[in-house]
Amino acid sequence: MQEKKKNNTLSIFLGKYGIIVMLLALVLVMTILIPGFLSLRNIQGIFLQGSIYGIMALGVTFIIISGGIDLSAGSLVALAAVVSTSFGQLDTAMNKIFPWCPQLPIWVPFVVALAFGGFLGAVNGLMISRLKLVPWIATLGSYYIARGLALVITAGKPVAQLIPAYNTIGGKIGILPVPVLFFAICMAISWILLNYSKFGCDTFAIGGNMSAARVTGINISKTTILIYTFAGIMYGVAAFVYAGRVLSVNPGAAQNYEMSAISASIIGGTSPMGGKGTIWGVLVGTLILSVIRQGLTLLAVDAYWQQIAEGAIIVIAVIFAMRREKAEL
Amino acid sequence: MAEEKFLLEMTGITKEFPGVKALKGVELRVKPGEVHGLLGENGAGKSTMMNCLMGIYQPTSGKIVFDGVERKNYTPKESLEFGISMIQQELSPMQDRSIMANIWLGREPVNKFGLVNWKKMYEDTKRVLEIIDLDEDPKTLMRHLTVAKMQMVEIARAVSYDSRLIIMDEPSSAITEKETQQLFKIIRQLKAEGRSIIYISHKLDEIKEITDRVSVYRDGSYVSSANTDEITQDQIIEMMVGRSVENLFPKVKVPIGDVVLEVKDLCHETLFRNVSFTVRKGEIFGLNGLVGAGRTELMETIFGLRPRKSGTVLFKGKEFNPKCGKDSIDAGMAFITEDRRGNGIFPIQDIEFNSTIANIDTYKGAGRLLNLKKMQKDCAEYIEKIAIKTPSQAQLIKNLSGGNQQKVLVARWLMTAPDIIIMDEPTRGIDVGAKSEIHRLIGELVKEGKSVIMISSELPEVMGMSDRIMVMHEGDMMGIIENDETVTPEMLMELASGIVREEQ
Repeated sequence: MQEKKKNNTLSIFLGKYGIIVMLLALVLVMTILIPGFLSLRNIQGIFLQGSIYGIMALGVTFIIISGGIDLSAGSLVALAAVVSTSFGQLDTAMNKIFPWCPQLPIWVPFVVALAFGGFLGAVNGLMISRLKLVPWIATLGSYYIARGLALVITAGKPVAQLIPAYNTIGGKIGILPVPVLFFAICMAISWILLNYSKFGCDTFAIGGNMSAARVTGINISKTTILIYTFAGIMYGVAAFVYAGRVLSVNPGAAQNYEMSAISASIIGGTSPMGGKGTIWGVLVGTLILSVIRQGLTLLAVDAYWQQIAEGAIIVIAVIFAMRREKAEL
Repeated sequence: MAEEKFLLEMTGITKEFPGVKALKGVELRVKPGEVHGLLGENGAGKSTMMNCLMGIYQPTSGKIVFDGVERKNYTPKESLEFGISMIQQELSPMQDRSIMANIWLGREPVNKFGLVNWKKMYEDTKRVLEIIDLDEDPKTLMRHLTVAKMQMVEIARAVSYDSRLIIMDEPSSAITEKETQQLFKIIRQLKAEGRSIIYISHKLDEIKEITDRVSVYRDGSYVSSANTDEITQDQIIEMMVGRSVENLFPKVKVPIGDVVLEVKDLCHETLFRNVSFTVRKGEIFGLNGLVGAGRTELMETIFGLRPRKSGTVLFKGKEFNPKCGKDSIDAGMAFITEDRRGNGIFPIQDIEFNSTIANIDTYKGAGRLLNLKKMQKDCAEYIEKIAIKTPSQAQLIKNLSGGNQQKVLVARWLMTAPDIIIMDEPTRGIDVGAKSEIHRLIGELVKEGKSVIMISSELPEVMGMSDRIMVMHEGDMMGIIENDETVTPEMLMELASGIVREEQ
């Protein structure tokens, strides 16, 4: 009896913290294989790499907890990035989208990125809640439409010659890369929203048991729109930070980032069936992905093989998650 | 005597669904502080009535007065707020959320910043759990609780809403005897606090033990109400089944042949035990019992959809151990399932697809391609033979009536040329006219020398159609009786309720 109880505690511990163990194991292996893997520069690199799709993964996590999915995240980031950076170009530059626009301070493209990202998310939410499209169909549509729009309004050319303030966005404060700071702030906001707001509770309710949510009077349609809008705002932040990092935004940018964001969320323990997920899980999931990417790159593993490794990790993480759910029953 | 005061008065409640009149002027009166038993066979209208009360359905007509105020067109949320809670038979909590998140779902307490106040929620939950004597940490995930405890959490939720009326839909169906006693303890306590409880159950001994009054429904109509201690179990049964069997057409007499299927001491791990019976050629073998008796599960096991623990099955004289449904189909067995929509029809395919799909292998012609001409011909033949009413065989099955959908399913299985056909509730959800056509069809099947096992909860159907009837109760075989003039509905009901067991 005592033995069994102990076993149970261990399995609950592993269930809860298994992904941290997985992350630590990965870091350990990489540290043994790669000299200087734990150097400041490399750690900065790992966090920096993860920050963009980490921010996206925060929004995606709300969506997946509510039982939805968003395939359009990468395209929305690209569209929000080209539109917002058009407000952040030097006045000497030929302004592609808004030629009448004077040179503006950095907060303008920031606000535009968030507002426009939020708007795009709201459109997804409206398609799902009002037109009753299943999330993967609605967002598959916007995946193509947003990418197409980004290409059309830029005529396929990058938006470059950004104002110098963008250098700060992609730079560092002391040892802290600014994109990582953005990620941290977004995480804090998401954490409060998910755990301490009615909106967060409603999100869990919709994904956990939609009919119970309806019976208790939760406005499912409104909450759904809010969830996708919030995710869109996160994509807007990601778009803004992305521009700071690359300083020249290509309409083909952030290709496949939606997959990285979904992966980070799922590896971090968000249930693909909805109703379950945490913000620290997103952090750990994001780090697992970037440790693998950074590590394999440093090990000079062929990029093709990296993809195979990433895919395997996702599948293994979900198998573990399913195992422990069974063990818990 | 002073005028009686009621907490709830529902009168003249009618509810129509497309094609079905589920409730016909039903009434229900519940006094403050009483446990009110709601009884009726499957499909009598209890659940529909409760859904109307909760605001999940809007009644087509009728009047609902709760706490002296007439309530109209309200939502489930509003009914919760004015003091009615329901504990569903099938609990579906948010598994990955805590007890407290489940209890306060949709009305989480917030602090002055508008943020959820988990601390207050924790304290409040503790208090509510104490009231119903449930010793669990409010932070425990629902996933870690037993069904009985999840039920207690639901009751805690009802208490937290300060509900004056709590509906419990078959609360004892998924919990143990001991847990049921614990449940009764809580019910008595809630009653002492002046709350009323509507207790829906098939288990008459429980009804006798816990309820003060009972109301009985039958076929969507109100039969009567009575004080529990002034009425016997037999009288309750009579109220539940008391209808004439005369409107059934006489059963076709068919010569009974040799034994086709023989089941000996079949056991399942948990769902049923030591079931033995035989089915002969040309026989209609009725299988009766209440929900949860294990009838469907028994048939699924024989058909190879569930593993058996022990026992043997002989089919056409040979040992029969199907690994899957396909084995059984190939051996000459057919299974028309109860849940027509869930695992019967392919709704957005046409009649031709739906009728030929179980038999698709036989249409493979040259180059493994399907012989479409032959499929069309066979489908047309069956439409004719069993009188499926449809403009064409290209009609999508979802556009047919329930009765005609059922006929297409019968056609599907007849095409596999079975010797024995298992039909699970063949006429559920079908209107009266189509019912008799299905019955006529069953009669014709046995005339052709096939055997039919018919699972049915409807006593007139079982008694009108069967040659012999087996009754089950909670996984036990209660008896097999020859269906002659001496059989009464009360006899079957007593067996099905587990009151008496036929001596073998």
